[in-house]
Amino acid sequence: MKNTHSSFRVDVSVQYLLFLILFPLLVALFMPVVRRDTERGWIVKLSALAIGIVTVLALVTLYDKGTVYLGGFDVAPVNLLLFGLEMAMAALLLWYAVKYRHYLALALVAVQTALIIWFEATCSSAADVAYPLFSDSFSLIMALIIGIIGSLICVYSLGYMRHFYEHHPEIPDRTGTFFLIIFVFISAMFGLVFSNSLVWVYFFWEVTTLCSFLLIGYTKTDEAIRNSFTALWMNVLGGVAFIIALIWLAAVPGGMLSLDQVLASGKALILIPAALIGFAGLTKAAQMPFSSWLVGAMVAPTPVSALLHSSTMVKAGVYILVRLAPVYAFTATGLALSMVGAITFLVASGIAISQTNAKRVLAYSTIANLGLVVACAGIGTYEAIWAAILLIIFHAIAKSLLFLSVGTVEHRIRSRDIEDMNGLITRTPKLAAMMVIGIAGMFLAPFGMLISKWAAIQAFINAPFGFVLVIILAFGSALTVFFWAKWMGKLLVVTPDKENIEGAVDKNEWIALVSLAGLTTVTCFIFPIISKILIEPFLLANYGNIARLSQDNILIMMMMLFLIVVLPLSILLPHRKHRQLPPYMGGVVTAPDMHFENALGAKTPLSLGNYYLGGWFGETKLRTAGIYVCGVFIAVMFVTALAGGIVL
Amino acid sequence: MISLVYAVIFILLAPVIGGLLSGIDRKVTAHMQGRVGPSIFQPFYDVGKLFEKDPAEVNGTQRFYVISYFVFAVFTGALFFAGGDLLLVVFALTLAEVFLVLGAYAAYSPYSHVGAERELLQVMAYEPIMILSAVGIYMVTGSFAVSDILAYPMLLVILLPGLFLGFLYALTIKLRKSPFDISTSHHAHQEIVKGVTTEFSGPNLGFIEVTHWYELVFLLGFTYLFFAANWIVGIIAVIIVFLLELFIDNTNARVKWQLAVKSTWAITLLVAIVNLAVLACVVVV
Amino acid sequence: MAYLQKSPWLIHYDASSCNGCDIEILACLTPMYDVERFGIINTGNPKHADIFVVTGSVNERNKYVIKNIYDQMPDPKVVVAVGVCATSGGVFRECYNVSGGVDMIIPVDVYVPGCAARPESIIDGIVKALGILEEKRTAAVMGVTREQPAPAAPAEKPAGGA
Repeated sequence: MKNTHSSFRVDVSVQYLLFLILFPLLVALFMPVVRRDTERGWIVKLSALAIGIVTVLALVTLYDKGTVYLGGFDVAPVNLLLFGLEMAMAALLLWYAVKYRHYLALALVAVQTALIIWFEATCSSAADVAYPLFSDSFSLIMALIIGIIGSLICVYSLGYMRHFYEHHPEIPDRTGTFFLIIFVFISAMFGLVFSNSLVWVYFFWEVTTLCSFLLIGYTKTDEAIRNSFTALWMNVLGGVAFIIALIWLAAVPGGMLSLDQVLASGKALILIPAALIGFAGLTKAAQMPFSSWLVGAMVAPTPVSALLHSSTMVKAGVYILVRLAPVYAFTATGLALSMVGAITFLVASGIAISQTNAKRVLAYSTIANLGLVVACAGIGTYEAIWAAILLIIFHAIAKSLLFLSVGTVEHRIRSRDIEDMNGLITRTPKLAAMMVIGIAGMFLAPFGMLISKWAAIQAFINAPFGFVLVIILAFGSALTVFFWAKWMGKLLVVTPDKENIEGAVDKNEWIALVSLAGLTTVTCFIFPIISKILIEPFLLANYGNIARLSQDNILIMMMMLFLIVVLPLSILLPHRKHRQLPPYMGGVVTAPDMHFENALGAKTPLSLGNYYLGGWFGETKLRTAGIYVCGVFIAVMFVTALAGGIVL
Repeated sequence: MISLVYAVIFILLAPVIGGLLSGIDRKVTAHMQGRVGPSIFQPFYDVGKLFEKDPAEVNGTQRFYVISYFVFAVFTGALFFAGGDLLLVVFALTLAEVFLVLGAYAAYSPYSHVGAERELLQVMAYEPIMILSAVGIYMVTGSFAVSDILAYPMLLVILLPGLFLGFLYALTIKLRKSPFDISTSHHAHQEIVKGVTTEFSGPNLGFIEVTHWYELVFLLGFTYLFFAANWIVGIIAVIIVFLLELFIDNTNARVKWQLAVKSTWAITLLVAIVNLAVLACVVVV
Repeated sequence: MAYLQKSPWLIHYDASSCNGCDIEILACLTPMYDVERFGIINTGNPKHADIFVVTGSVNERNKYVIKNIYDQMPDPKVVVAVGVCATSGGVFRECYNVSGGVDMIIPVDVYVPGCAARPESIIDGIVKALGILEEKRTAAVMGVTREQPAPAAPAEKPAGGA
């Protein structure tokens, strides 16, 4: 399918793109200068507001303009600047690798740097793409996620980091640096989704790797440093694959270093670079066998986990895969890629069952859902991409809500363990309600993730060999029900004797939490509109066909949503006070806090623990299996690509 | 095409039919055990009594969970009989079950808690085969809409024998029959007192009972789908399946949850791979 | 409609019984006596039960349990004391570890004496309890508080048949 070049004049709408890429950069530069909390707070909030508003403006002005290209200026100097910045980043990474004596990272960064230099020396002319920036519906969707969710997380961070330093006085206060990196990251993400030139995509890709590395190691504890280097070498490995792909594409006669060229070309020509970039996407999206970096990244402060490691950076990995989906469609390479995603979904969902640490559960769930998106991207039909984009949207919202709630709750109860979250609905009612909304948004009908899974099932069935993917999806879906429902149950235990410790949650944190909870619900109500104005035009332009839910089904989902929103209100209705009974403990008398006298007459507390099924879903065992199986499929992906792509 | 009329008929008639079927269940069970057993209208007396009891509760949220469970289970059945999307029906039923589980968790009671965990294990066990049955039906008929599936001219069970067997296996779990009545069961079977329903009493328990009747009718309807092409065969098949479930219930002892989950998964995997693979080849050819 | 009489669910508790009466109670559930034909189900859950069947006598440990189970039963409810130990402590009445009959703790509606009480007597007692249950229900509906027999005073003549 050919993209239509509609317009490339530098008008107001396109200036929004430049604002979104450059403004956060400007803010970032201010951050280390500002010392006092109040001023920093104002700057962050105003910047977040500005970014949010401009994102919406960009949406409103650009959504109906199809694909818009920005260019017509001399790209070469910019490319040179980017090259210089890449060298600077490489130097920084090499310095860190030497300082902390991490030789694997050192070697990989060195290899990557060498390849970048080689590319710049030999292929720079091919990199002079006419229209390096662009915007289409999918970019706008990603920009909305980055702009709105990213801004909310920035606001949240103000409250969170203040608490963080109150609880960890031993860690030197580097909040300025924190926000510097965050805003640089946001800038890079906007650049990534608005870049047409693959060299620019690569540059922004590397910036996100650097930001992730710095933020994971932010607390500078031994564990943090170790995990940051794991993230670094895995992402740089992907980066190496990416630059090799660029070199290959540059060698194609005429050069093919822009997305529109790549997508317009014949498949067989670019299957190998597509496989290489796919590999890079897999590392960034923490698919197996590269999942351990994301799990390890949970040592970072919660806003980092919410922003980078669930809503945006890892989405960049699947973003590029969804972009390349037309190339993967109906090829064995694409199917192998799908299998990597599907197996990751299954295995990660299984491991999530056995984890008691809330952030690890969220991490594995993220990996699993990204696996689903990867599976859809590998299939590459219009139905699959519809499902993939829906998954991206809904997951970003619900997961960031969950991460932020867990972060706030962690400050309240001083623990990340799910077992310590017993009865949170009585101890911290509003926070627990946010978490329940987030969890419901992740697996219950009629919320968004379920709609996306439903769409994914329909997409898989119609694909060649799709039934294998459907079987994997069915099992994985069952596993997700288990771990989400038991967590939700734990939160909803009513322990009337416990005191309400919600206290004064920081106002900034509330703003973010309530907004995200609202977004989770509202997007479910308006997803047909989102589908109509944003996703369907994208599908039409790239696939010539649109997928949508039938009118009847939309109506039914709305009914269910309405019921789910209305029914909880019944708790607030006044009703006759019923006689209250204690729980049944075999006739043993219990105190209000559920202490009871055991058979020897000693006072014993009641403790109810969830099932974690470590013997079945233990992390080591399952992860090893996942690594081997996915490793095999990645090998198959490359082999079939080298063999010229086997058409299915 | 969604037919509102059938949905309303379901909502009104299902409790009657479901209650009668439960009564027949107890009568046949009694005779299998050499007893006389209660009247077939006994379930109605039971529910009537429950609504006459004092509405006492463990905490203020129980009623909400029970009502939600009830509403969404009825919604599921109504959607199914109205001819709606089969996959959405499966997901809606999961939603209803989750509400019951949450109600059990909320009670902060050990038996309730273990019952809830086991209920979730059950859901985890049968969810794959439910989804895959719907998928298999789609692969044969080309549609998820129950109205289209009913109109399909050929007996689905001929093309989906494996999936049907898997479905039957899961049906035993969903109907809470031995050997898979691990979270709660009817009559007086106990293990963890009453499992999920331990802390519910009076009208709340009455609602749960009625919801089970709705679920029973829905599940038998799902069974009927496999034989929909010929309505006589369909009715006979449903009756045979119902009696078969009773027979299995009375001749098997409860198994441990590990065996329940593992065996269901193993069978699901086997029948799904074989049946769907064969179907995929047939469809391609 | 008198649903309560047609669907009495009972919870059976062995206070300190020698199990003689308990075996007879469970015998009622067997095909020989088959009380399920009256709709009776032995649920082990006080929250689901209408009739509290107690065997054995009260001692310092189980008095709390008996009270707990009784309190957890929703109204209307009746108590049936089966066997002479539950009625008054029986042959063990003078023992140092026995406090007496169940009516020391909770109000008993029907006493079924015997050692062990025969299934026929037990069924007879349960049927009598059903009548009392229905009385309690109508009284509650009419808003009249029925006179609850005070503990440690016989509420009814012991059921006939020995």
